[in-house]
Amino acid sequence: MARNISFTIKFWRQNGPKDAGHFDTREMHDIPDDTSFLEMLDILNEELIADGKEPFVFDHDCREGICGMCSLYINGTPHGLTERGATTCQLYMRRFNDGDVITVEPWRSAGFPVIKDCMVDRSAFDKIIQAGGYTSIRAGQAQDANAILIPKQVADEAMDCATCIGCGACVAACKNGSAMLFVSSKVSQLALLPQGKPEAARRAKAMVKKMDELGFGNCTNTRACEAVCPKNETVINIARLNREFIKAKLAD
Amino acid sequence: MIKIDSKIPAGPVSEKWTNYKAHQRLVNPKNKLKLDVIVVGTGLAGASAASSLGEMGFNVLNFCIQDSPRRAHSIAAQGGINAAKNYQNDGDSVYRLFYDTVKGGDYRAREANVYRLAEVSNNIIDQCVAQGVPFAREYGGMLANRSFGGAQVSRTFYAKGQTGQQLLLGAYSSLSAQVQAGKVKLFTRYEMEDVVIVDGHARGIIAKNLVTGKLERFSANAVVIATGGYGNTYFLSTNAMGCNCTAAVQCYRKGAAFANPSYVQIHPTCIPVHGNNQSKLTLMSESLRNDGRIWVPKKLEDAKRLQAGEIKGSDIPEEDRDYYLERRYPAFGNLVPRDVASRAAKERCDKGFGVNNTGLAVFLDFSESIERLGIDVVLQRYGNLFDMYEEITDVNPGELANEINGVKYYNPMMIFPAIHYTMGGIWVDYELQTTIPGLFAIGECNFSDHGANRLGASALMQGLADGYFVLPYTIQNYLADQALWAKIPTDRPEFAEAEKGVEAEIDRLLNIKGKRSVDSLHKELGHIMWEHVGMGRTEAGLKEGLELLKKIRQEFNTNLFIPGTKEGLNVELDKAIHLRDFILMGELVANDALSRNESCGGHFREEYQTEEGEAKRDDENYFYVGCWEYQGADDVAPVLYKEPLEYEAIKVQTRNYKN
Amino acid sequence: MWLTTSSIGRKVIMSVTGIALVLFLTFHASMNVVAVISSKGYNAICEFLGANWYAVAATAVLAALILLHFVYAILLTLQNRKARGASRYAITHKPEKVEWASQNMFVLGIIVVLGLCLHLFHFWFNMMFAELANNGLPYVDVDSATNGVGMIQYTFHDAGVCSAIYVVLYLIWLCALWFHLSHGIWSGLQTLGANNKVWFNRVKCISTIWATLVILMFVFVVCWFALGLDPILG
Repeated sequence: MARNISFTIKFWRQNGPKDAGHFDTREMHDIPDDTSFLEMLDILNEELIADGKEPFVFDHDCREGICGMCSLYINGTPHGLTERGATTCQLYMRRFNDGDVITVEPWRSAGFPVIKDCMVDRSAFDKIIQAGGYTSIRAGQAQDANAILIPKQVADEAMDCATCIGCGACVAACKNGSAMLFVSSKVSQLALLPQGKPEAARRAKAMVKKMDELGFGNCTNTRACEAVCPKNETVINIARLNREFIKAKLAD
Repeated sequence: MIKIDSKIPAGPVSEKWTNYKAHQRLVNPKNKLKLDVIVVGTGLAGASAASSLGEMGFNVLNFCIQDSPRRAHSIAAQGGINAAKNYQNDGDSVYRLFYDTVKGGDYRAREANVYRLAEVSNNIIDQCVAQGVPFAREYGGMLANRSFGGAQVSRTFYAKGQTGQQLLLGAYSSLSAQVQAGKVKLFTRYEMEDVVIVDGHARGIIAKNLVTGKLERFSANAVVIATGGYGNTYFLSTNAMGCNCTAAVQCYRKGAAFANPSYVQIHPTCIPVHGNNQSKLTLMSESLRNDGRIWVPKKLEDAKRLQAGEIKGSDIPEEDRDYYLERRYPAFGNLVPRDVASRAAKERCDKGFGVNNTGLAVFLDFSESIERLGIDVVLQRYGNLFDMYEEITDVNPGELANEINGVKYYNPMMIFPAIHYTMGGIWVDYELQTTIPGLFAIGECNFSDHGANRLGASALMQGLADGYFVLPYTIQNYLADQALWAKIPTDRPEFAEAEKGVEAEIDRLLNIKGKRSVDSLHKELGHIMWEHVGMGRTEAGLKEGLELLKKIRQEFNTNLFIPGTKEGLNVELDKAIHLRDFILMGELVANDALSRNESCGGHFREEYQTEEGEAKRDDENYFYVGCWEYQGADDVAPVLYKEPLEYEAIKVQTRNYKN
Repeated sequence: MWLTTSSIGRKVIMSVTGIALVLFLTFHASMNVVAVISSKGYNAICEFLGANWYAVAATAVLAALILLHFVYAILLTLQNRKARGASRYAITHKPEKVEWASQNMFVLGIIVVLGLCLHLFHFWFNMMFAELANNGLPYVDVDSATNGVGMIQYTFHDAGVCSAIYVVLYLIWLCALWFHLSHGIWSGLQTLGANNKVWFNRVKCISTIWATLVILMFVFVVCWFALGLDPILG
């Protein structure tokens, strides 16, 4: 049975990337703890609208942890604190207690400028993928899918790397604003699979170059990214990216 | 007056697509470089179409409402994608996939389209593997398969419980390659508000930049919409929060026929509704039905005690459990198609056997498979779904809960049907062209391939088939017409007029200045839809529903409140535009349901059922595609046109999943 | 040049210089242990590493490594601050997995450099520099610039109150160095890509053991002489 909790919520308000921004505070009363965090924010917004105010803006879409749209920094942790990897939309109010103060902030990183309130612009990630996160294959040319045998372990490992949802929690948590976990996950997925090998060197170089160009920081192996990744991507991917990149550069 | 001509090519069903491709008109490579195509949407259909058209040389303008093409809702598909590869050597073939799909669709799909879909299904798998989609593999390195509802073969390819994600990321990566090559121009956080028609042809769109709030004009030689379904009409559905039918409804307003709106799929395995604040329903993959067994108590008193919270599912021993799907449908058991499984659950709950406090849930139990396969194997197959379930409900389905007479019982999941997919959509011909020349619809947003019910793992197949292998061909048959090659400047009066229309609507909505929030009205709409136009429909209920929908529109038009202005980002304004179209869509669904006096697939009219409670089709009178034409205003009833169905290859019969 | 223009390249510079310095430290620590065993042996090493051309050249290389490591640390830190953006979180929660050292490498590095200055003043200034510039006469009360053991004894024991302070400062310095190395060795290998799923914990474990051994050797020598003990074999 659900219990009801009351708490204070501090949420970030910022009108565009140039605005300094500030916190608004509101008391929330008797929220059932089987409500999801985003549903709690829906309730908050209904209250704000009832008061004639503009709603609190945040990104969200599928609400089942796969689209990677949701991006809230809750009480000092991207996506909020859960035992296992979960996105903001999979965070439930049962994780909180009566009387808590809940602070909600946007991803803060130079690579992700704020659009409004907690909605940030993550188009930099698209640009990195565009730089080389693909195999150059044209529709209709592929050979039979079973023509290349891929050992189960390799396929499984590639799958783990491919699980990244591109939410940007890694960048948000990184004190260096580095996007290495994101980039390395894509590079790893394609470097592991035979289909991705022909372009592996070009891909690693192009994606790292784009990442640097876009102003993301240098990885200092603090592992904050993997600690907050909702899909449990690991820094093993970063080691692989380093290897692929160094190999490619030495070969030049 | 619309003209319904399906343009199905002549010849036997298995040769139609080959013949079509052999004789269609093509655009030569040099001319492709001069032609622009707008693709709205970046899901499986949109992204694959945009990238394929880009690869061919067309200039593509690609729009999405999310911040990145990778977030389109195709990403949430869990279970898998069908293909007739017959890698398992279990007797699969293109014909069998075709047959299963037509049968699963309760004989309301167009034969020729479905055959083409089955034909290209194999190319999709090849294409995706080449892109680096990490499908599950066997130890020998071959691709693995699982079974899905409505089929007796294992033909579903999967990537853990994230197949949609992996396929979308594959399409997204191809799309990204084309963006890099300069062939696709991407517009993220843009929403299509209207289609612009010049001399009877779709020649552009009006899109709203969601960040700046500005309306912008885009012109092209053809427009493709791939904007998904209208499931969110019901408010609570498995769709993402942003899914909407505004683009499709706007095409309908401009003269595109809307087909079979009443065919709405209700997915049997979703997490039940828990409270009034709920914003969406979470799907538990259909793949769970491979190893999970669905049941309710045999005894009504057990159900009563479950509803009161006095006992738990694991307290009920094997002999008191009613595995009603296995009982009613011995041949397919827990793997009957979705519509059948959903109705069966509703039937049990209506009889009072529901197992949670609302009485609207049944159990999905893994005790038997955990005992048979071991917990490790079960977790390997469904671990992420178990985690997801526990995160939401606080119950771990992999946890041993009870032991009665030496039999181990694990916590069962609770599930209930929820709106999931819409088979209906913009009417298209064999070329995927709507009744407006130059306007194409692909993916879930068209009506084409699933008839009255879609089989599991077929949505991904259809989206990618349309985008990679069908539309890029058929659109050329249209674009080859040189009369259409002139560039249309966006300062033409048609564009100005369309933009003015959208602007006026936005002003109207902002100036209502009433008291109700968009969500509160949307919830009310959803409630009406679920109660009156939901799983079990009746003539009286539908009529009442239509009356209530009128009232909702009245309330919307007079008492809506949108904070803020039209400048800049205004989430509430965008939601209000969506809601305006959901209301129209709701009426369309109800009208179609009312006109179709039979039960088939996702459309179940309680008046038309057999004594055993199975759907009763009426092939004599309703063997057609219902196409609706807009009559100039939202509050005027639409007019029905019929596209008769012609079956050559398949003998139409009653669906039978019993033996 | 990719080493200076790419983020991974810059990290490779940090990594390679860092690992080279770790190797030097390992050598230095083993050398120090000799002082505890035999003053004759140790002084022979000191003589060998005195004002000979190869020792001076090696010192120059070492100085270059340290400079490179330090300059790049500053560069990376500045870049990373910029990448992090102007706004800061109101609340941050440090995940358990994240080691304290990993997030404070720059601060630790500064402590290490400060300690290094003190150390160079105590030893290099009175030994190699004295040989080169002052006819082999140290600037403190020790008979010869090649009398390494004497220099150690003077610094940690014979200089009275100053010695006590030096011992404390050295221990703080070594402590900071341990934190720096405990992350640094692993991080350096990770940056070079020398890591995978199987070796992840092994690499981490080996790095920690290595760092601990090196530091323990240093600490052992400092404590031995601070307690006024003589080399075992005299």
